[in-house]
Amino acid sequence: MRDTLLTLEGLTKAYPGVVANRDVSFDIGKGEIHALLGENGAGKSTLVKTIYGLVKPDSGHMTLDGRRFAPDDPAAARRAGVGMVFQHFSLFDALTVAENIVLGMDAPPSPRAIAAEVRRVSDLYGLPLDPDRTVGDLSAGERQRVEIIRCLLQDPRLLIMDEPTSVLTPQEVDILFTTLRKLSGEGTAILYISHKLSEIAALCEAATVLRLGAVVATCDPRTTAPRDMAELMVGQVLQSPVRAARPAGRMALELRGLSARAPHRFGTALRDITVAVRAGEVLGIGGVAGNGQDELVAALSGEMPVAADMVWFNGSPVGSDPVNTRRANGLLCAPEERLGHAAAPDMTLTENALLTGVTRKGLARRGFLRWPQARHFAQEIIAGFDVRTPGPENTARSLSGGNLQKFVIGREIMQDPQVFVVNQPTWGVDAAAAAAIRQALLTLADNGAAVIVISQDLDELMEISDRFCALTEGRLSEPRPARGLTVDQIGMMLGGAHDMEVAHVAK
Amino acid sequence: MPSQVWAWAAPLMAVALTMLLGGFLFAALGKNPVSVIRTIFWDPLFSEFAWFYRPQILIKGAPLVLIAIGLSFGFRAGVWNIGAEGQYIVGAICGAAVALALYPMDARWLIFPLMVVAGALGGWVWAMIPGVLRVRFGTNEILVSLMLVYVAEQLLSGMALGAMRNPDGMGFPGSRNLAQYPSAANLDLIAGTGMHWGVVFALIAVIFAYVTLSRHLFGFQVRLAGQAPRAARFAGVNPARMILLCMGISGALAGVAGLFEVAGPSGQISIDFNVGYGFTAIIVAFLGRLHPLGILAAGALMALTYIGGGIAQSQLGLPAAAISLLQGMLLFTLLAVDVLTNYRVRFGRREVA
Repeated sequence: MRDTLLTLEGLTKAYPGVVANRDVSFDIGKGEIHALLGENGAGKSTLVKTIYGLVKPDSGHMTLDGRRFAPDDPAAARRAGVGMVFQHFSLFDALTVAENIVLGMDAPPSPRAIAAEVRRVSDLYGLPLDPDRTVGDLSAGERQRVEIIRCLLQDPRLLIMDEPTSVLTPQEVDILFTTLRKLSGEGTAILYISHKLSEIAALCEAATVLRLGAVVATCDPRTTAPRDMAELMVGQVLQSPVRAARPAGRMALELRGLSARAPHRFGTALRDITVAVRAGEVLGIGGVAGNGQDELVAALSGEMPVAADMVWFNGSPVGSDPVNTRRANGLLCAPEERLGHAAAPDMTLTENALLTGVTRKGLARRGFLRWPQARHFAQEIIAGFDVRTPGPENTARSLSGGNLQKFVIGREIMQDPQVFVVNQPTWGVDAAAAAAIRQALLTLADNGAAVIVISQDLDELMEISDRFCALTEGRLSEPRPARGLTVDQIGMMLGGAHDMEVAHVAK
Repeated sequence: MPSQVWAWAAPLMAVALTMLLGGFLFAALGKNPVSVIRTIFWDPLFSEFAWFYRPQILIKGAPLVLIAIGLSFGFRAGVWNIGAEGQYIVGAICGAAVALALYPMDARWLIFPLMVVAGALGGWVWAMIPGVLRVRFGTNEILVSLMLVYVAEQLLSGMALGAMRNPDGMGFPGSRNLAQYPSAANLDLIAGTGMHWGVVFALIAVIFAYVTLSRHLFGFQVRLAGQAPRAARFAGVNPARMILLCMGISGALAGVAGLFEVAGPSGQISIDFNVGYGFTAIIVAFLGRLHPLGILAAGALMALTYIGGGIAQSQLGLPAAAISLLQGMLLFTLLAVDVLTNYRVRFGRREVA
């Protein structure tokens, strides 16, 4: 057992209507890599915000290195040696790496001194980063390095990392893990928050599991099976998605040289995408967000019309058809952004059911809406997909992310699509809801629909796809059978680690 | 999210607040605030001479409601037509042009309906200019529609002094009086009630808008386009078509309102034909929460301030600008009350994020 660095004792924090943390106690040892596990809403964020001085607990206290630790604000936490890398970066695109780092420091030295310091630290920990580059040009992985180095420059004794790998390629994850192990070897403790249990098993030496704000278990992730940890988080036995062996069906959707210019300044152009999907098949498309996923979905849904012969559906060219024509024919999509794109936040679930259901479900007659039928359809979705809500008259905004996602996916699946395209089906959704959504997608394919799943979560894609391909900078790789693909192969398909670029520049 | 109750309580509070602030304003002008407020809001309805003023409320309210109903479609969909005043003028010119061209033919069954169509068409065309420019070239419809108001005003004076001048008018500016041309006149349907065709059209527009917004797919798409533009595209709404439709509806209704005004209460195309209904209707639309029934109520209230303001002007010597100020204050307080129902004012330091 290592010496204890940070002790949490009986931390409780209540918000109106919900207890975010209930009597949370555990220890983090010096140099320990400690995982914090839990579903969305289990109270992980509140807990780390408490440690980082953003939230004051209602009761309970913390001890750091044997001394009472009650930071009033993040600056106090940083002075005490606690650093945090947030899931969403807070960097200025137009400034250089060094300037960004200076801005985040409490007692900044001159930018020139910082540049030297950044080079030293980045060499030391194997995090290639050029201090003079503009942040706007960096990849997500490189931006994260900026945040990490900003923390490391303050010599932290505890580094909190919130979902650090969600934006990284497998190679970048490897680089990050090497760095974290090195830090740990030097005595810096790491509190690591992630949904990805395989990563936690590979990296962490201890884990604390939160459920509904309370600690329900502690375990050693190196010896506990990921499945058992997932069940501890959820509190119930998880159903793995099952699927029947499917014979290859008829050709359902074919893209032939699909190209499109970027729809706006920050968009990605689609470049010569050619792929075919058969009925009953699940095609997984992997890749880090921002590589053309949104544009691909828009080209398929009809929101961004392309040349007619670039998209073939059931043997006819549909690339220039409007949204509702495609929908009427059975080509349905579920975009990534739930609030504001897939659903209107301030409209009721009935209205949102109508939003895409009006065409195929016959919810309008001669332009006049049939509200009773729409309400009935909304109720069917709520019942069929276990959407937790008091009823269809509630607004989309009032649902939690996972519940709204179940509603959005359910809305399309209940319309019996022939081809279903879904972008990030389980993004920000807790484990139980994610499993239910994946199962629904597989059942849909079993019933003879062609399904295209676009996701950043490679584990998810490996679990449900028949074939896998990668989308990088608007180009789609050749699809390969998903069974038997190794992480390295996937990584190569995704275009490898972005640090190749950096090494190139530094040379 | 403010509750449903607050959404409707806010306009009422704004009216009360406006009376209060207006009271201070009138006191500062050296008038007795209580008597001024009573003159404006109470006398037109309940005084000894209310029989004279009540029809006036219908006459003033009808164009406001007609225009505001049209604007409410665009405002709900995020299409900002600020130039209803111009569309109102052009509608009046086009409608009057039909009547003047056919003068003195005696065929009311033909001429009056034709004038209504011409009025709607005129307003529609004037609104299509900013609409098409927006769709084609991405210009800002707020600026273009607003600037076209001034173009329309020039057109109006050109007509009043030139092409449409009354040949029997002894050189005075202004057209023939349409109210005295039986085939074209828009007079009270029942004498002395103020109930002319414009009032009928305004009520039909209210019902039409109510049904469309609550029961028709187009109304649903209008609301969707305003609340969540990306979701609207995903639902198959064509943004360009939505812009043109909303501009078209508001332009046509403003044009019809102009026609009814020129054929009845005003009677002729004159230099000072327009009195700002197109701008006041913007206040009416927002005060009515963009809801057809709300607009009906707000239109009546705003008409009241016109009538009551007129009385206050003649009886108490209040300057006309004070009434315009009061009307503007209504929108201002509504916006202020809305901000305060949606957000809480907090003093002191911001928490570190």
